[in-house]
Amino acid sequence: MLAVNRGKGLGFFLTVMFLVLGTVIAGAQESFWPEGSYVWKVITLQTYNSRLVILSSALLGVASGMAGTFLLLRKRSLMGDALSHATYPGIGFGFLVMVLLGGDGKWLPGLLLGATFTGVLGVLMVVAIRNTTCLKNDAAMGIVLGVFFGFGAALMRMVSDLPGADAAGLDSFIYGTAASMVSSDFLLILLVTGGVCLASLLLLKEFTLVCFDEDFAASQGWPTLFLDLTMLGLVTAVTVVGLQAVGLVLIIAFLIIPATAARFWTDDLRVMLVLAALMGGAGGWLGSSLSSLFMDLPTGAVIVLVSACIFGMSMLFGSARGVLPRALRHVRLRRKVGRQHLLRAIYEILEGQQPDVAEPIRNLPVDLAFLVAHRSWSLSELNLLLRRAQTEDHLEDAIEGQVRLSEAGFGEAARITRNHRLWELYLIRYADIAPSHVDRDADLVEHVLDAEVVGQLESELQGRPLSLEVPPSPHFIDQHAGS
Amino acid sequence: MKWDSLDTWTVVIGSFCAVACALPGCFLVLRRMSMMGDAISHAILPGLAMAFFLTHSRLTLVMFAGAICVGLLTAVFTQWISRFGKVDRGAAMGIVFTTLFAAGLILIRKTAKYVELDPACVLYGSLEYCVLDTFYLGGLEVPRAALSMGGVMIFNVLFTLLLFKELRVSSFDPLLADTQGISSNLVHYLLMAVVAVTTVAAFEAVGSIIVIAMLIVPPATALLLTSRLFNMLILSAILAILSAFAGHVGALVIPEMFGLRGTVSSGMMAVVAGLLFLIAWLLAPGEGLFFKLRRRNPGRGGKYSKLPEEEF
Repeated sequence: MLAVNRGKGLGFFLTVMFLVLGTVIAGAQESFWPEGSYVWKVITLQTYNSRLVILSSALLGVASGMAGTFLLLRKRSLMGDALSHATYPGIGFGFLVMVLLGGDGKWLPGLLLGATFTGVLGVLMVVAIRNTTCLKNDAAMGIVLGVFFGFGAALMRMVSDLPGADAAGLDSFIYGTAASMVSSDFLLILLVTGGVCLASLLLLKEFTLVCFDEDFAASQGWPTLFLDLTMLGLVTAVTVVGLQAVGLVLIIAFLIIPATAARFWTDDLRVMLVLAALMGGAGGWLGSSLSSLFMDLPTGAVIVLVSACIFGMSMLFGSARGVLPRALRHVRLRRKVGRQHLLRAIYEILEGQQPDVAEPIRNLPVDLAFLVAHRSWSLSELNLLLRRAQTEDHLEDAIEGQVRLSEAGFGEAARITRNHRLWELYLIRYADIAPSHVDRDADLVEHVLDAEVVGQLESELQGRPLSLEVPPSPHFIDQHAGS
Repeated sequence: MKWDSLDTWTVVIGSFCAVACALPGCFLVLRRMSMMGDAISHAILPGLAMAFFLTHSRLTLVMFAGAICVGLLTAVFTQWISRFGKVDRGAAMGIVFTTLFAAGLILIRKTAKYVELDPACVLYGSLEYCVLDTFYLGGLEVPRAALSMGGVMIFNVLFTLLLFKELRVSSFDPLLADTQGISSNLVHYLLMAVVAVTTVAAFEAVGSIIVIAMLIVPPATALLLTSRLFNMLILSAILAILSAFAGHVGALVIPEMFGLRGTVSSGMMAVVAGLLFLIAWLLAPGEGLFFKLRRRNPGRGGKYSKLPEEEF
């Protein structure tokens, strides 16, 4: 059932993606849009200018999707935000040190090293504040974010006045300039993506353990602190290499949006990891293609918007936790419960009309008035249930004011009543629930009893001559309960 | 160090802004929603752009309206995503504000031909330049920003005083507030609106670095020093003013020491606020790290162990 659902959901997701792609390509005929062949060329990497940017963005999406998965599962999504803001003064420091050493100050690895340094410092500060004061995680992150970023701004302005140094363009790290990417940047991103993928694969079991039950992992002798820091290290690596392309404000979106979107489609961490990587990659690919088609749009922002669309669709249609599938499941369950209540009510009325207990129950027409009185249904509710039962072939035509079960309906009613009684008997015998109260409790569970559980119940309750007959109700059934 | 009337005005405007932020910030910290300030200050960007796009004016009132709308939208969307999608609140917030910010960046890029709404301005601010934009009020030359930030500060003081009881009850025990007939939801959204108004006022005047820092750092410092709400509010206001003053002095003195021209005052104000926090963290009576280590009793939690449980 779940597998089928997942398949359907994935299929739907792909369809929607194709539709979006189709609209983009179809819309390309109009004058506002770039030419269709050009769009195709850009998306398939045939244009030299955008090839590097698109590939880098897609790779960055893959890496951040994977690193973000662990961030999300550790409930630390906003840690990424504090981290990325904390890298800002590091860029200033890196620049300062390199200028003082006599360089030109804008050597990227140097800047990124500085960013890593203060980023890690910021994360350690968050942990230290949280562990040694009465302040909680959120306040600790807020403090680090605000102070580090303020310091960064002050430092940036100071170093930009350094004699003999050209600091122009350093503030591009706030918003990112993907268009200025060169092949060495691409290699750096490729390296980090490879590292993140490798670490996620090799340490998958350990990460899973720490994500879901840290205390258990510690009790089993795993170095949870080291593993935790490794996870944060992956996030730091992605954040730092992403700074140049998407900027420190939006990199957090790269980290959490694909992971959160993937969470809607699956309950399996491995699947989630792959999906998050795919979604991040798709968002990066499509977003940067779009931004290179419309020259004046900022790449990072377009990618984030594309990812947000993916997120929106996942939240609505995601097969595991999406809003609509969940609502659908809820409706289905309610219908099932309603149908089972109706069939059991009819069966119990038939039982009550039976003069001799020893004889098998016969399928006779039942007065609607009895049915209304049996449970607290309103007339409209009951009519709805009856109409549905009719379409499901559980009812046969009967004269006005009466209902009559069909052959299939009668069998189903007997089965449902039997399950209900079995569960009641089980509760009375093993859960010490008084027979007068057992009806309501049984009601909570009986609708989800499957064949396997019924089999277990039967074996548990051995010693009673149950066979396939419906056992008698263990409590008195008031035929006029609802009146 | 040279000090003239412009420096005085810078400190005054910075203090107004810092106090205006610190007061609602206390409740953000207590409600464990500290990151909401950061989120809203980023998310109002499309609100400003849309407000301009629709009305083609830079009237303060229009900007306020746009900012309040988007500020509330951020809160509402976060609530929806975390409730209907069963997503961790922090993640929901991160998704909402980055998406809005991205939309804002694109909107601004599209309208940039007509406006001087520079995205870099949002984060840098221009505390140095806002003091130059003056007008005469009863014979006295007053910067426009002093008036707007002073107004917002008085509004926030009144908001805090008039709704003190409601804010207190709903921050510490939202369920109790609801049973007493105070809608904790309404108070929540009012607080978000106040944060949004403060943010946009500061955005226009001095940039949002100071907002992000002052919303959280002085209240958090005050929380280390006292455990009474009213004292916390007063203390955070004092700390905010102190940070503004010392920050500007630092911005004048420190670059001079290294022979540099100058730096961003709002950034230095954030740094000073951070230093004050560091001092309180280490030396606060009872709660400080120094005393804790001496007592050899490094307990977690403590005073506000009954804060709302939600994880951010």
